[in-house]
Amino acid sequence: MPLVYAGVCSHGPGITARSDQADPDTRDRFYGALRAMGDEIRASGAELLVVVAAEHFANFFMNNMPAFAMGMADAYEGPIEDPDWLKIAPVKVPGDAEASHSLISSVLESVDVAYAEEWKFDHGIMVPLHFLTPAYDLPVVPCNINCQGPPLTPLYRAWAFGEALRSACDSTPRNIALVGTGGISHWPATPDSGKINEPWDRTFMDRWVAQDKEALLSYSDADIYRDAGQGGFEIRTYIAAAAAAGGMGKIAFLEPIPIFATMGVVASKAVT
Amino acid sequence: MSLYETQKLLYHLNREPKLKASFLEDHDAVLQEYSLTEEEAGAVRDHDIGLLYVLGVNGQILMHFAAMLGIAWGDYLQLMRDGVERHGPVRAGVYKLSGYEGVDAHDRALREKRNQKAKG
Ligand SMILES: [Fe+2]
Repeated sequence: MPLVYAGVCSHGPGITARSDQADPDTRDRFYGALRAMGDEIRASGAELLVVVAAEHFANFFMNNMPAFAMGMADAYEGPIEDPDWLKIAPVKVPGDAEASHSLISSVLESVDVAYAEEWKFDHGIMVPLHFLTPAYDLPVVPCNINCQGPPLTPLYRAWAFGEALRSACDSTPRNIALVGTGGISHWPATPDSGKINEPWDRTFMDRWVAQDKEALLSYSDADIYRDAGQGGFEIRTYIAAAAAAGGMGKIAFLEPIPIFATMGVVASKAVT
Repeated sequence: MSLYETQKLLYHLNREPKLKASFLEDHDAVLQEYSLTEEEAGAVRDHDIGLLYVLGVNGQILMHFAAMLGIAWGDYLQLMRDGVERHGPVRAGVYKLSGYEGVDAHDRALREKRNQKAKG
């Protein structure tokens, strides 16, 4: 059972940067749920944390945009944002180049993934790690799905990537946790920042919990853009996590936090 | 239209401290290195967040330029709203208000492919 944990959480720079502007009660319960997820990851015996993220032009730009990328380094720096702005201190996050190498080799059997021996984490990875592994003591294998610069990979390919990650994990003897991270509906960094389509998010998460593959893959990009904003394209990370896990889900936290420009989401999956 | 170049400049400013320092010292010296239109260069030179948004710069790139200039979050959002008010709808990129540039075509192609797959 090399994949020992799978889950998802939302990210956004506001989660740390604008912490003081959020409703304290909601914020603290969200933070608590994120930290509890970290406890679950540690309790699972995970030796490696695969983070499936959707970065925001920190490493990958329109000059050479991979649909899928995985990190292959022994350490990663972050955050790439101004630490005072993000309110996360600069840190060297441990990686594991050898483990990455073997996972990537396995993923390549079904999905063409780019690899990166250098990767500066942006808030998409730093904000989750800040709560999940605050001591940065679990080596990370970062994965990226391009959810920012269209054309974007189709949802069914995000599913295939999740399945490829799962069989890659299953081909190593090490215990691995996997966390997908993205917003659900949100319009980050635009004049509509703070808008959240809660019913759409709840429907999406119902499908995610039920492991309803067909429903999860039924959205078109035009639907997503209309109902969930350009931030909604990040559902690809949740879809990959669902494909990797295979089982039913459980919601730990699901509430809108407009000043964070996203829903607060913490949820886990049965690995089957 | 050189939205790509404008975004490239701002992307580089976000991730290269040396370039950022040169830019803060002399905007034009750095602008010379990129092929921006007059309007784009002017928007960068004047720190015109609203116009940059209207020109189509992605918020995930633009928000860091605003932060670099010391613009508070609430003001950043307002400047974009003012920009749309003053210059009209977003002209290019992900937020083009007339839909989502490229996505309809992308979407249609995917549907067709899926249908074909189902048939074949
Ligand atoms: Fe994001």
